[in-house]
Amino acid sequence: MMNNEALIPKVGVITDVRIDTPDVKTFRVVTPDGKKAFDHRPGQCAMLSIPAVGEAMFSITSSPTNTEYMEFSIKKCGCVTEWLHQAEVGQQITIRGPYGNPFPVDDVFEGKDLLFIAGGIGLAPLRSVINYCRHYRDRYGKIDIVYGSRSKDDLVDYKEIIDEWMNDDGINVHLTIDREQEGWDGHVGFVPSYVQELGFDTNKTAVLCGPPIMIKFTLEGLVNMGFDKTNVYTTMELKMKCGVGKCGRCNIGSKYVCKDGPVFRCDQIDELPDEY
Amino acid sequence: MRKCSLDNLQKVFALIAENASLYLPVDKVGGAVFEKWQEGTSYSNALNTVRSAKDFFFPQTENMMEFKTKGKEIEVVDTRDEHEDFVVFGVRACDVKSFEILDRVFLCEPVDSFYANRRAHGVIISMACTRPSETCFCQTFGIDAANPGADISCWKTDSEIFFEANTEKGEKLLSSIAALTEDTDEAAVEAQKAKIAEIMKKLPLAGITPDKFGGGKTSEFFNAPQWKELSQSCLGCGTCTFVCPTCQCYDIRDFKTNDGVIRFRCWDSCMYSDFTKMAHGNIRNSQLERFRQRFMHKLVYYPENNEGIFGCVGCGRCLAKCPISMNIVKVMKSLGGEA
Repeated sequence: MMNNEALIPKVGVITDVRIDTPDVKTFRVVTPDGKKAFDHRPGQCAMLSIPAVGEAMFSITSSPTNTEYMEFSIKKCGCVTEWLHQAEVGQQITIRGPYGNPFPVDDVFEGKDLLFIAGGIGLAPLRSVINYCRHYRDRYGKIDIVYGSRSKDDLVDYKEIIDEWMNDDGINVHLTIDREQEGWDGHVGFVPSYVQELGFDTNKTAVLCGPPIMIKFTLEGLVNMGFDKTNVYTTMELKMKCGVGKCGRCNIGSKYVCKDGPVFRCDQIDELPDEY
Repeated sequence: MRKCSLDNLQKVFALIAENASLYLPVDKVGGAVFEKWQEGTSYSNALNTVRSAKDFFFPQTENMMEFKTKGKEIEVVDTRDEHEDFVVFGVRACDVKSFEILDRVFLCEPVDSFYANRRAHGVIISMACTRPSETCFCQTFGIDAANPGADISCWKTDSEIFFEANTEKGEKLLSSIAALTEDTDEAAVEAQKAKIAEIMKKLPLAGITPDKFGGGKTSEFFNAPQWKELSQSCLGCGTCTFVCPTCQCYDIRDFKTNDGVIRFRCWDSCMYSDFTKMAHGNIRNSQLERFRQRFMHKLVYYPENNEGIFGCVGCGRCLAKCPISMNIVKVMKSLGGEA
């Protein structure tokens, strides 16, 4: 009798496609019998594939507290993502996971003031944690969210941010866009400098995700403000094929991003060779 | 310990082949390769096979599953079945050790069922090396060419072959050929072991040690200036990874057939430019970075995750096959401060 094989996926069905931005769509996925494909923790990922097109790793953007379905916010940037962007409701795909280490929401984060900082599609993995913390609101302190994008039209989950996050008690959302835009009366400027302008209590636990350049400058800024890298988390992205630490692609130093990450504390990243 | 006359070896092969597919090194134009034994197939006297024995457990390409698609619907077909029982005869000590290195990757959780299936159905009969060559440096990694291990260890003299079972699987196989073998003392084998030990001492690479390398040495070697010169002529052909018994990086690809899609995996190489390439960029854009990754993995990263065990067995295949004569020995010497 052969045991389960991690590399053999299940079938998933796309039950909803939401257009977030000109190049980001959010896909809702369930199994053919309408159930959630598997349980996960905030920050974990799943491998989605379309036979004959390819398989790729995506962060699960919905919160684990959603027991009905999973959501994936996907930016169009390669073969698999371009194909997915053309997919219609009812399309089946394959799904396997969950992969990687989650954010430490049930121990380290408990009782802490949290500062989420995201740029562009970098909100996708953080949305899972943010909504998890909103669900178990009394377990966490104050929550600040700084989120920026190229333009108003490039803000992912804009409706949820405005209708839900901004109306929650004890949650402050700070939005910014890169350049002035008609109809935008919010902040204009890049995320790293906006974080500096806002100034945050350095006892907060920070969680960063965005383009590498944004992470680099934001992290430098936080350290200059007095944040300790042991209180700053991020989630990494590298080419992956297996998702279980065997195919070798996401190996960096002695770590495999798919199984030892994708969530890392920033002091742990400093111990890795400087390849990222 | 059991023995039989070399004149009876074909009979031993025939008896083993009654119950399982038997593979052994056979001489071909390009060198020795593992081939399925049939009546009349003769066992090669070559020191080692051109390709390593990893193919038996981690083949160059392997179908993993199939998909049937109809409109928007997909069916996943699990095509796995129990692998046939097989026996590999004549595996050298270096390749035997490579199985342990691969086991630590494929058999750790979550277990790779494709590899585990082959591993469970394979019996390995090793063969001591009486003529280790100038490219051999297994002793660098604590491997003893005179005590090759695996399920059954063998020693071959001019007239006889000696067998010693090391595992339950090995004992079972050895008892199945008991009619063709007889009990023996260990005098001839001990004499051969002593002879091999003498040869090993005189090999040109006998003095290479890995002592300067190991887990926790990333910062010491990662930015070493030597990488530039070492990698300068690397063609990025990946030959070293393909002949390497411990290289196990793989790709997963889909192949469209007339009535569906086959998903297969195949060997890949960290030496290739698209190995880490993503839609939005590549973390290793230069051959220096890719070259460094391969050697850092074998000498630092793998030992860091595996109690100090190095990801090299000193088989010397990369020394013999690299088109620009670059290899792990040169890398170890250069980074270790030797010329």
